[in-house]
Amino acid sequence: MLNYVWMGMLLIGFIIGGLNGRLEEVTQAAFNSSKSAVELSIGLIGVLCLWTGLMGVAEKSGLLNKLAYLVSPIIRLLFPQIPKKSPAIGAIVMNMAANFFGLGNAATPLGLKAMSELQKHNTVKDTASDSMIMFLILNASAIQLVPATIIALRASAGSTNPAEVIVPIWMASVAAATTGIIAVKLLGKKTDSHKRKMRLKNRRNNC
Amino acid sequence: MPLIFVVILIAGYVKNVKVYDVFVENAREGLNTVLGILTSLIGLMVAIGVFRASGALDVIIYAAKPIASLLGIPSEALPLAFLRPISGSASLALVSDIMKNFGPDSFIGRVVSTMMGSTETIFYTLTVYYGSVGIKNIRHTLTAALIAEFVSVLVSVWACAFIFGT
Repeated sequence: MLNYVWMGMLLIGFIIGGLNGRLEEVTQAAFNSSKSAVELSIGLIGVLCLWTGLMGVAEKSGLLNKLAYLVSPIIRLLFPQIPKKSPAIGAIVMNMAANFFGLGNAATPLGLKAMSELQKHNTVKDTASDSMIMFLILNASAIQLVPATIIALRASAGSTNPAEVIVPIWMASVAAATTGIIAVKLLGKKTDSHKRKMRLKNRRNNC
Repeated sequence: MPLIFVVILIAGYVKNVKVYDVFVENAREGLNTVLGILTSLIGLMVAIGVFRASGALDVIIYAAKPIASLLGIPSEALPLAFLRPISGSASLALVSDIMKNFGPDSFIGRVVSTMMGSTETIFYTLTVYYGSVGIKNIRHTLTAALIAEFVSVLVSVWACAFIFGT
């Protein structure tokens, strides 16, 4: 998909630039952008390393586990289908905690572990279970204690207070998570009632 | 912010963590992340730069104006709303482009920062997580994820307007 988007943007850019008589500027922009991509990356390195390093300390000191312990009741509430003693709960909790601390590299393997545990409870193997959908939606809303990448980006762009966006980011991601959870529950109910109707219909046809 | 530093360091000290060693070791992860996205960032920022310089981006922004103003979103931020779920590095490139043009502390700069920080690259997460266990029918996952993303865009704009003023 990105292949088409990327090619499309470049082709449209050069064609429209040619039509507008701005070919010179367009070519210049290509070279300047590649240069500023490198400058941007170098600017990002410092702040990003600072945070991943600090969050690593948080993980090692057991803060991650403590947080995982705190959120586990909420997780059980959101995933009523998972049996109480299932290792899926632990994997989900650790994945959420890793995401919360912005430990992306730790979060993905834990998330994949959670998926394989959820698949064990799944009755139709090629179809997503309710728990899987809920898990993915929680992952999509990205609730993070410190959104390190964006802070680093703002710092390298010369912001006077790069971290000032933390509070609106928290608000927006909590709102997204809440909406996501409600949407999953409502849409799930709709498909459930659809299935029930189909089953009733089948039964009637059989009679 | 300083509070987070202090809490983490004290927690590490109490648990006998070699704070400096662990810090250095984990900081490398940040370096790997940046190196990992560097080449895609170059490719995408060139595409955005070309697109903007040709005047094509202005056409899209102009076309998006009616929808954007209806929702109260600055129209320069609207392309990001569409790009964010598809590609993380492409949206990072776009956010950096917008900040360069409007400044990170402008209203638009803050809004795109918030949008960037408050959602994930949904399509990537879906592909990797479902792909790993061979799920083909994802049912209402995408619908719910896009609804959540839409809400996060709206709340990003409102929260920034409320906290910082426009």
